[in-house]
Amino acid sequence: MNTPKTGKPIYLNVQRGVGDGPTRIERFEVPEGAAASLLDGLRWVRENLDDTLAVRYSCINANACKECMMILDGKVVYACMARMQPGAEHQVAPMPNKARMRDLISQIAPAKERLGSDEEDDE
Amino acid sequence: MTAEHILNLETDVLVIGAGGAGMSAAIAAAQAGRRVIMTDRSLIGRGGATIMAQMTVAVALGEQTPDDWRYHYADTLKAGRGLCSEPLARLLCESGIDAIRLLDSWGVGWARSDGHLTQARAPGHDRPRCVYVDYLNTGPAVAKTLRTQVARDDTIHRFGDLLVVDILVEQGRAVGAVALHLATGQPVVMRAGAVIVATGGLTRLYRRNSASLNMGGDGYALALRAGARLIDMEFVQFFPIGHLAPRLVGFDPIMWDPFRYKLGGRLLNGNGEEFVEKYGHAAEKEGYTVTRDAATYAILKEVEAGRGSPAGGAYLSFQHVPEDKLREAFGPIIKKLEAAGIDLTKAPIEVAPIAHYHMGGIRVETDMSTDVPGLYAAGEAVGGANGANRLSGNAITEAVAFGLQAGRSAAAWSESAAPVDEARAQALASPAVAELRSSFEGRDRQVNVAALIVRLQALMQDHVGPFRSEEGLQHALRELQALRAELGDTLPGGTGPQDAVRMDALDLRNMLLVAEAVTRSALSRRESRGAHQRDDFPGMDDAWTLNQTLSLRDGQWLLDTQQVRRLDPPLRIPAAATTEDESQA
Repeated sequence: MNTPKTGKPIYLNVQRGVGDGPTRIERFEVPEGAAASLLDGLRWVRENLDDTLAVRYSCINANACKECMMILDGKVVYACMARMQPGAEHQVAPMPNKARMRDLISQIAPAKERLGSDEEDDE
Repeated sequence: MTAEHILNLETDVLVIGAGGAGMSAAIAAAQAGRRVIMTDRSLIGRGGATIMAQMTVAVALGEQTPDDWRYHYADTLKAGRGLCSEPLARLLCESGIDAIRLLDSWGVGWARSDGHLTQARAPGHDRPRCVYVDYLNTGPAVAKTLRTQVARDDTIHRFGDLLVVDILVEQGRAVGAVALHLATGQPVVMRAGAVIVATGGLTRLYRRNSASLNMGGDGYALALRAGARLIDMEFVQFFPIGHLAPRLVGFDPIMWDPFRYKLGGRLLNGNGEEFVEKYGHAAEKEGYTVTRDAATYAILKEVEAGRGSPAGGAYLSFQHVPEDKLREAFGPIIKKLEAAGIDLTKAPIEVAPIAHYHMGGIRVETDMSTDVPGLYAAGEAVGGANGANRLSGNAITEAVAFGLQAGRSAAAWSESAAPVDEARAQALASPAVAELRSSFEGRDRQVNVAALIVRLQALMQDHVGPFRSEEGLQHALRELQALRAELGDTLPGGTGPQDAVRMDALDLRNMLLVAEAVTRSALSRRESRGAHQRDDFPGMDDAWTLNQTLSLRDGQWLLDTQQVRRLDPPLRIPAAATTEDESQA
């Protein structure tokens, strides 16, 4: 089950931007072995290349929190569940049907659990 | 930065953290008729540790076999190696019964057989005592059940994406909090009659951990800065059989515990030999009985002696278990494992200790009040009930039982605690607000903050992990200082939404403070006990049957000791308490 070493990195083309602002694609090279899952890869990028990359997750590897939902190569995935293949080139984007907050983070909280939504008792 | 409107909220009870303890506290406070705001830095009821629980919830229901909460209490004390606060352990075991029955009445779905709740026997318990939800679904079921109850109550306002930065203290009394609203990047000031810290533990301080991202000990840092004492900070529980290899995607690393409860399994060293009995414990063939501190010790000693598995842990084998039994016990999970290329009938997996739970925490009375009037704590954020080592299954019970208690106490306190007025709250919050409003986005930074967190985790794992020494702990203190210097005094990142650098920097500040609390407590305790093992001071020393407390006064650490809290008179344990299992002392 362990993928044989090929020496091939993984390439992540990540859609970035804040709110309704402009969108850009940044390409990150992740070494083989650094990422079994997409979330591993994004965490590796943050820790080694660019800590400004915004990714939402809580439970890291258990698929319990359901926070790391995003688009990988056009499909909705949980980043902690999506396996990476060495040498592959991937397109990564935030959920298209939710408001973008920053980079891969979308507004996923239920409206009743958001500050500043209609429910809020702002003075 | 003057004219801009700051969002202000006001409530009777503010609950920080929406895991099992926080949600239980919010429910109890609302039932007492108080208005509640519950916040979480993540989503409500999805982050934290509760949702990660795989199986056991220990409570003396007596459904499987006759039981009494005093037997559970005796086991909890024994596992805690002499350091449990007896009043807190009693609260856990005694009021845990109603707490877990309450979850049952709300339809959590505890596993049942033959017309009663099924209770499994976990290491350190003298009899089958742990209820659970199949398959590996205890945590998600508990979280969902509490979320549903919280959502039904209109007096509980719940706000996710709210990262509490500091507790507001007026003349020594907790009166609210200031938070960063992650969705907008703006500060928020909350006034409250009472504040409950229910932020969980600190396992994110370690490289290998079973926790959520948000378990970085921020509640301990909040309490310290507000003036509260912490207790037992040196006792970090390592879960002995965290998954190590082959790499699994989308599984919780503590998943093998339920397999052990139901199927036993065999723990083997790199040479394929059983080894726990070499360390004075019952052999594996006697069943799954070795407590977490003891198993962690045995595995790491084998690795140290060059008898580890290839990835640096131990083998866990289920090869002797017939396939039909595997499928009967864990059907859907076996299918998921097959899809991941793992066949338990053909090969063992590798496991190694992984940071899992913190026995220490905020020092409380049995009403969950802290040293700071108006400030309460609940769940794993509380220290003391589990002493030097926690029994399997006590965490969810503690979360719900202590959460309900904290909610009731905070509600009662808030009846007579007049909130400060808005102007006063703004003034108290102004230093934190000013900092949150300063942007350093785009400035040249020398450091990657996420990388600093990784360095902190490696440092803690290597030097303040399961095995410790004077030299290693002193090294850790120096390195923590160096990391603090690298982070600097200004708060990196900007004022926009979901600024990853700013969040990491706020987290790292708290993590550095809490890491130092753990390290200083570990350095001071010159003996080995439970989860605290000193290479240079092996063995338990009776003179150290004491709890250490820690506080911050004007930026200086105050480390002290106190006598272990005993019940007076001592609790009389009915005679049958220790008939079954004396092997775990």
